[in-house]
Order: sequence, then structure tokens, then C-alpha cells
Amino acid sequence: MAHDASTHEHQSATKRIWTVFAILSIITIVEVILGIIKPASLVETSFIYMSLLNWIFIVLTIVKAYYITWAFMHMEHETKGLRRSVVWTVIFLISYLVFILLTEGDYIYEVYKNGHVSWNF
Amino acid sequence: MEATVVRTGTEGKTWGGGSKSPLKASYGKMMMWYFITSDALTFSAFLAAYGFSRYKFIDSWPIADEVFNHFPFMHGTDAPMYYVALMTFILIFSSVTMVLAVDAGHQMKKSKVTLYMFLTIIGGAIFLGSQAWEWKNFIKGEYGAVETNGGQIIQFVDAEGERVALEKVAKVLPGDRVEHESKNGLWYVTDDSALPTYSIDEVKEGFKESNYLVRTQMLDENGAKTILSREESLAMINDNAARVVEGANLTRNEYGPPLFADFFFFITGFHGFHVFTGVLINIIIFFNVIIGTYEKRKSYEMVEKVGLYWHFVDLVWVFVFTFFYLV
Repeated sequence: MAHDASTHEHQSATKRIWTVFAILSIITIVEVILGIIKPASLVETSFIYMSLLNWIFIVLTIVKAYYITWAFMHMEHETKGLRRSVVWTVIFLISYLVFILLTEGDYIYEVYKNGHVSWNF
Repeated sequence: MEATVVRTGTEGKTWGGGSKSPLKASYGKMMMWYFITSDALTFSAFLAAYGFSRYKFIDSWPIADEVFNHFPFMHGTDAPMYYVALMTFILIFSSVTMVLAVDAGHQMKKSKVTLYMFLTIIGGAIFLGSQAWEWKNFIKGEYGAVETNGGQIIQFVDAEGERVALEKVAKVLPGDRVEHESKNGLWYVTDDSALPTYSIDEVKEGFKESNYLVRTQMLDENGAKTILSREESLAMINDNAARVVEGANLTRNEYGPPLFADFFFFITGFHGFHVFTGVLINIIIFFNVIIGTYEKRKSYEMVEKVGLYWHFVDLVWVFVFTFFYLV
């Protein structure tokens, strides 16, 4: 019986694998095209300290990460507890770290720019 | 005797050591997940540190499209992104073959697992080779640049704004150039162990006679590098030029701030090391599949566990690709 069940699961799994591969490929192609063209309207529009184009890249990357983790790494079949203990931990700590480091980097940039250090030699 | 027995009330349940495993995952798989969690934090620390440096030099960071624009057999053409896009596809595809191997393992199909594992290993090897080629181009450099007294990198362009290589700028002067060795000079001077192709005087002299311009690292409002006028360029070269820089190492590189090359070597190197170990582990599991270890165990879970690691390597590359080449 157990073997039967896994065989059924398999047929849908192969289909899902190729679907996810198609999604990942399309996203990558879109990223590359945007990266080569760099549409002026997206580069010039700034949204929360970054150009809209960069935001699009980051969002697309997170979508890719979602598909890799959920479909390829079978996170969708794990228990809620395992999923949350991995995903929530990582998301919380990374957001925290990124927020702190980027804020600090921007502060140092301001010091270099407006402070007393001459940078033109 | 009865009084000394501690009863927790969890006998037979999950946390009391019952038959059900915590989180309904086997020990190995759960630990692989937590290893991946910690490894993900290491990588994100690297990438966040890269972001820190980038924000610190937000108006003078190198433009990735100008640095990574090589493609095999297309020398001299400007091909930004194509090569890394290809590498990304190779890695995603090897991820697909890996997950197909895991899937075939669920159905206990040994020959299919063998085939897909083999394809995964090949994909990983091709990726590693591509990475090596990318490093070679990065280390060798293309145009060369000059470092100023303040440690800034300045590059040469012609009147149209196209990059000009050092060999076009420099004028060969007579006279011997001697490589400094520790035995006949200051033993503690370890800099400049290899002489650059041209001396700084040759570059200065050649620049005076040409009509080339200097391009600084500063980005203008359109995101392009600032090009100085001819007078400013001459002044910059005469007053500030300190040394010739060709290619990249951990101390200085011709693309921009030293940190740019440092992070490139560290992050892609650390990722490449993960790919390398991933390929090794895959090879071990591949041979285990062939000799029938998992057939005897009646479970291909080991393939699933190394699969997790392999997908993680792909996952990291997705982020490296975005933050190094796109953003």
C-alpha cells in the first residue's frame, strides 16, 4: 500500500519538478533581460532608498528561493514545526542583520561625503 | 526502589523517546535542515557585509556589467551577464536532475537514481569549471588601471568614452627595470613582488602625448562613471598617479575599491567550495547507489539528504547572482 501511494505521488511530483524548472528558467531569463536593457524608467524611479529595478531583482530572487525551497527541497511536505523553525529563524535573523549593516554602511558613506575627510587625492 | 524511578509522564511519547520522531522527520534529515539553516546565516553574513561595503561606497562602486563581460570564444566582444546566466542555468538544471534522482529513489528505481545522480555530478563539475574561468578573467584583468596616492583607481578612456588598455596609453621608455627582491633591499617590503608590464612613468609619459582621458570611480546621476576633461585628466595623472594596477588580487584591483575583489573572491570562493564538497559527496553517494547500499537498506533517504545540500548550494547561487551581477 505504501508503495502504491508513493507511486501516485511520483507522477505528480515529476510534473511539478518540470513546472518549477520552467518557472525558475523564465524568472532567470526575465532577470537577465532586465539586467542587460536596464530600462531607464525603472532605474530612475527610487523606492525606499533603492531603484525600482533593484527591488524587482530582489523580489524575483525571493520568488526563486521560495520555489527551490518548497518544491525542490520538499519543504511543502515537511511538518509545520520544521518548516517554521527553519524559515522563520532565517528570515528574522537575515532581515535584522541586513537592516543594521546597510544602515551603518549608509551612515559611513555620509561621513565620508560630508565629514572632514578629504577623499580627492 | 519504586520511589527512585522518575516519571516524566512522557513515556512512549515523542519527547520521551517514543517511536515517533520529532517533527516527523528522521534524525539525519532534520539535522541536515538545521545545518543548512546555519550555513544560510553564514552566507547571508557575507552578503550583508558586501551590502555594507557597497552602501559605504555607494557612489563609486564598480559596475558589474563592465567587469564581468566575457564569454568563451567571443574574445573582445562585450557580453555582460550572458556567462553568469549560463552558469545559473547549469546549476538550476543540476538541481532538477538531483530532485529527479530523489524522486526515483522514492520509487526504488536504482537505474534511474544512478543516471540522475551522474547528470547532477556532471552539472556540478561544469559549474566549477565555469567558476574557474570566471576567476581567471577576473584575476588577469583586461584594461589595467592606475592607482592614485589616496588609493583610488582611475582608468583610461578615449574621446568617445570607450575604455583604453594600458598598452595603448603607455610609451616604452629606455632603461632597465629591476624586480625588487628581499635579499638585495628592504626585506620587509613585500609589495610589488612582480613588476607590472609598464612602469608608472611610462604610463605618465605616454598619457601626456596622447589625447586620452581619465575616468574616475565616481558615478554621475545616470549611474555612469565620471570622465574628466583633458586638463583635469593631465593634472590627475601628474599629481596623483602612484602605481600601475593590472588585474586583481586581495590587495588591489583594477576595477575599483580593494573590497570589491575581496568580496568577489570570498563569496564566490566560499560558494565554489560548497559546490566542490557537494560534488564530492554526490560522488560518494553515487557509488553507494551503484553498489546497492540503499537497495539493501530499502530506503534512498541518503540521496534525499545530499539532495537537500545540493539544492541549498543552488539556492545560495541565486542570491550571489542577484547581488553580485544584477543589483
